[in-house]
Amino acid sequence: MSSTNRTVVVTGIGATTPLGGDAASTWEGLVAGRSGVKPLEGERFAELPVRIAAPAAVDPGEVLPRPLARKLDRSAQFALIAAKEAWADAGYEGKAGEDSKIAPERLGAVIASGIGGVTTLLDQYDVLKEKGVRRVSPHTVPMLMPNGPSANVGLEVGAQAGVHTPVSACASGAEAIGYAVEMIRTGRADVVIAGGTEAAIHPLPIAAFANMMAMSKNNEEPTKASRPYDKGRDGFVLGEGAGVVVLESEEHAKARGARVYCEVLGQGLSADSHHIAQPEPTGRGVAAAVQNLLDSTDLKPAELVHLNAHATSTPQGDIAEIKALRKVLGADLDHVAISGTKSMTGHLLGGAGGIETVATVLALHHRLAPPTINVEDLDEDIAADGADIVRGEARALPEGTIAAINNSFGFGGHNVVLAFRTV
Amino acid sequence: MAATQEEIVAGLAEIVNEIAGIPVEDVQLDKSFTDDLDVDSLSMVEVVVAAEERFDVKIPDDDVKNLKTVGDAADYILKHQD
Repeated sequence: MSSTNRTVVVTGIGATTPLGGDAASTWEGLVAGRSGVKPLEGERFAELPVRIAAPAAVDPGEVLPRPLARKLDRSAQFALIAAKEAWADAGYEGKAGEDSKIAPERLGAVIASGIGGVTTLLDQYDVLKEKGVRRVSPHTVPMLMPNGPSANVGLEVGAQAGVHTPVSACASGAEAIGYAVEMIRTGRADVVIAGGTEAAIHPLPIAAFANMMAMSKNNEEPTKASRPYDKGRDGFVLGEGAGVVVLESEEHAKARGARVYCEVLGQGLSADSHHIAQPEPTGRGVAAAVQNLLDSTDLKPAELVHLNAHATSTPQGDIAEIKALRKVLGADLDHVAISGTKSMTGHLLGGAGGIETVATVLALHHRLAPPTINVEDLDEDIAADGADIVRGEARALPEGTIAAINNSFGFGGHNVVLAFRTV
Repeated sequence: MAATQEEIVAGLAEIVNEIAGIPVEDVQLDKSFTDDLDVDSLSMVEVVVAAEERFDVKIPDDDVKNLKTVGDAADYILKHQD
């Protein structure tokens, strides 16, 4: 049972995002180049310098039964919805064990968020101040703990091989998927449900990010605010939602006759060791992560045709990422169609690695790279580099064996690069 | 004015419906909160706090463990309400 270097494949996907309540409607929105960014209405946002965000297209309260929803932080609600979709998409029914295709002790769950149950914490503090001790919800701790989404997804599917929550700010979702790959590689599990979630659209996180000068203040034109690679970019737009995949050893997927989307080749990891919140300007850390990926997997740069970039629409970060890729890939970057899907979804922080993995998997599956919207005036350094940003409309990807990578970087200097290939 | 047992059970039924999603008609005197009504120990705290507010009664934590059934809770409230 125990083995190393087993091949890992994607057999299920699920998402609930600013573009749609499931993976299909999200993909449709991405391909159409639709922005999910909206003005934030309501008095509690009125005084903020940033009054835009990308809320989930479908409120989780409309999907989950009310008695369940009221015991879950919004981030766990998103995770559960995306996980249920991915689980069913993979062909599983009910909990592990009840479905004889997977035993509970061979199933894991790894779901991450960047800042956990922050809205629960803040809302319950309001309850404490306004209504007193007795009214603080007894569900507060399970709701605010960062492992809440992972634990709830684990309970939903009956995962007993291990339930984990790596936390690395905006790289959390990608790190969760990387961790899941290793669980399967090393033989700890045959199937792992993995992804990222976030729900932080609340005045306090917005005020805090805005005071870091990290967010776009383009309140006048919300749908144009997130504009990676454009000269006029002025920071990220906060999004919310979750993206989840079902990963499986190739042998397990084959044995049950599962539909396979693609192979997960592996991950490249590094840390900048530069600054708590600024990206290392030369892209040294990101380059190291890409190099580690190439050294530890059989990804062939010639096969690489698509990148779902981190590209949050910050002045420094977007450039550093491209520089790093050029440093490692050289001329091979020229045949990589680069999509900055945060131009449409906003930045889901710890959820980003989840929904962008779903987007990357679907890009390979449909052989179509989503556009980066709002690139009206391409950044001069990007133009000088010649990197191939997919602008305007979705672009067809080549026939044959093709590979794609998904980049996620987080405050703290965490760099995670995930690689996928058609089978 | 103090609530009658019937009013208390009806009130508890609404509270349990709100918290656990159990149909109000299923909340009967002989039903166990944990075994029949899907109210776990955390949700029981919510039921108690909601009942305290609704019936203007104090239910100390030490007494909560004795409230196994809807009937136990109704009797307690009937006896202790102002």
